[in-house]
Amino acid sequence: MTKTLFAPGHTACAGCGQSMAARLVLDAAGPNTIIVNNTGCLEVFSTKYPESCWEVPFIHSLFENAAAVASGVESAIKYLGKADNINIIAQGGDGSSADIGLQALSGMLERGHNILYVCYDNEAYMNTGVQRSGLTPFDTNTTTSPAGGTSAGNLRPKKPMPEIVNAHGVPYVATASSGFGQDLQRKVKKALSIKGPKYIQVHAPCPLGWRHETNMTLQVAKLAVETGLYPLIEYENGVISGRRQITPKPVEEYLKTQGRFKHLLNRPEELKKIQEIADNNIKKYGLKAEAQQV
Amino acid sequence: MFGPLICKPGSSRSNKTGPWRTESRPKFLKKNCIACNMCVVVCPESCIKGEGKNTYDFDPDYCKGCGNCAAICPKKDIEMVKEG
Amino acid sequence: MKELLEGSMAVAEIVKRCKPGVISAYPITPQTHIVEELAQIVADGSLNAQFVNVESEHSAASVVLGAVAAGVRAYTATSSQGLFYMAEVLYNIAGMRLPVIMTTAVRAISAPINIWNDHQDAVSLRDAGWVQFHAEDIQEAVDLHLIAYKLGEDKSIMLPVMVCMDGFILTHGVETVDMPTQEQVDKFLPPYKAPYKLDVENPMTLGPLVDPDYYMEARYALNETHKEALALIPKLAAEFTKTFGRAYNGLVEGYQLKDAEKVIIAMGSACGTIKEVIDELRIKGKKVGLLKITCLRPFPVNEIYNALKNVPKVAVIDRALSIGSFAPLYAEIKAVFFGKTKRPEVISSFVVGLGGRDITKDSIKEIFRLMNGKEKQAEFIDLKPELLKESYD
Repeated sequence: MTKTLFAPGHTACAGCGQSMAARLVLDAAGPNTIIVNNTGCLEVFSTKYPESCWEVPFIHSLFENAAAVASGVESAIKYLGKADNINIIAQGGDGSSADIGLQALSGMLERGHNILYVCYDNEAYMNTGVQRSGLTPFDTNTTTSPAGGTSAGNLRPKKPMPEIVNAHGVPYVATASSGFGQDLQRKVKKALSIKGPKYIQVHAPCPLGWRHETNMTLQVAKLAVETGLYPLIEYENGVISGRRQITPKPVEEYLKTQGRFKHLLNRPEELKKIQEIADNNIKKYGLKAEAQQV
Repeated sequence: MFGPLICKPGSSRSNKTGPWRTESRPKFLKKNCIACNMCVVVCPESCIKGEGKNTYDFDPDYCKGCGNCAAICPKKDIEMVKEG
Repeated sequence: MKELLEGSMAVAEIVKRCKPGVISAYPITPQTHIVEELAQIVADGSLNAQFVNVESEHSAASVVLGAVAAGVRAYTATSSQGLFYMAEVLYNIAGMRLPVIMTTAVRAISAPINIWNDHQDAVSLRDAGWVQFHAEDIQEAVDLHLIAYKLGEDKSIMLPVMVCMDGFILTHGVETVDMPTQEQVDKFLPPYKAPYKLDVENPMTLGPLVDPDYYMEARYALNETHKEALALIPKLAAEFTKTFGRAYNGLVEGYQLKDAEKVIIAMGSACGTIKEVIDELRIKGKKVGLLKITCLRPFPVNEIYNALKNVPKVAVIDRALSIGSFAPLYAEIKAVFFGKTKRPEVISSFVVGLGGRDITKDSIKEIFRLMNGKEKQAEFIDLKPELLKESYD
């Protein structure tokens, strides 16, 4: 067995991108870590009584309050004088972080708590059955934003959570991906070395909700980054300090891997809109790798 | 009086998820492995172990057969074979 | 030492002496003076605590949940809409068996919006699993906070406790208070030692998903623990009396019950007014009395039954409604006596003082008068019929 703090035996779906990411986050943080988790897939598949796969102290309270509970834990640890030695990581999915938990997250960021918040972005309310969230991308087929005769899926673009968090004036914000595990661990370690509120948003493919094969998790995640649809960037003290450069692939290469986008493949006007989103990201964040001089 | 309230750490190990595999399982060829460790990094079940070239293998008690180890191996040294 | 103190200041002072390590604060009238005073106490360095200005009551409750889960004594206060906003967190805290202590400045519930005192907020949350005390005066409010910490943190109990004090009347009223000294508090209340907590030296998972095979036992245990609390509260109250001299039962208080023919059951500050009226009527030879309910949860069934089983006429004062059904306290009192051979002949229901409408001595005298007649069902006292209309068109 691998030496890990995220034990096997949890009930995540085979190939779950979030379980990959959660394991990498926890192992990067190490044993002196307290995890505070919102309700969601991760909490449900990892802590079904009497079994828990967490080898560190873990608490789950409600759907939207991990940031607030973590604020309480952090305050208690500070009071006990142990703040320098213990990492506190608050975690939630896209729904619990960007929608129902946005208020608690905003309060935690504004108050400047020394907490790393990790948002596992699988782009819908997956645990309840693939319903649309504020981070569901434009034109995505979910159960509450289904494609149909009069609809091409979700009407709205993703809520710009990294920018929203960054606007709070926190020292470190980053996006990451299950498809780039070592990059994710580097970002976690970096975040934990900084004092103050930190935010990492991890793109986590969901084979069930996105409708792809279980062994495609990593490839799907990589394509999201390589098309420019999921930029991997870092903000430090408000300014972009790093981005993963790409040689952009057309968005269709990403979209065709997943059943949740298959309704778009014969709608060229919609594909054009999504390509525009990718192109805007590439321009805005400077993602295009410089041409190689041979 | 207290009821079900708290779980012991790592107690999920008693839940062997190996029986989830219905279609395929990984076969570690141990021929061209360069010990890059990527299979260990990606496995969601933390059930791959190895130390040095051509020593990597999986734990059939937990492997759910997702196939991501085979997909990531840069040397194609892991094959997904029929579960049987 | 006896001091003239505003209720909120007195509560802040006793909380300070209980030494919480984390205090969360979200303002709502009429709780604000409590958290403001605590903020000043912390700012002056008189209390070493993390003071967290949260962005909502939901987070106020979540912060103290996290703090107690991490093994540190905590405190917060709220009222009315804030209590409702944190309602799901309150049920969560009780279910997770974390001894959070909170002051509720009891206040009416919107709509219509009203910032004045009645019991609707606290009474509506009586199902949450919290121990719920109601203070008659500021002294009692102070003393109940001390008992609350000791009760909640007891290793066999591990329950959150809510101390209710009537909004404005007790929070902003000024009374003479005998404030326990720090030495007395330290002797009565030892530091919090959590039997389970978030600790990297001893990791555990709190708040797991519990399926139908396990859930019922968790809830059964919570319910049974309330029964255990019923037994422990009078013991703690007796211990309190030994240290501080003031006599409490902790569950109920009988006033002039011995030969009473008519007894009012009530909670909170109205009891002070009721006692004054009883004194006046007793001089006139009327055999009247009061049963004050200090502890609404756990509900002291036996104490209520034994106090009133021989009283011919009983009236329950409710300062809250269960819209569409019997008034809440009334329904529970009736359940105490149903099926018993020895019980009052008449148990009447009166609704008084909603939304801060004054409960005067005349209001109480009216109730004693109305108790002479047949059993009353949800009789509203001091209602103004001229404000009622059949329709709006």
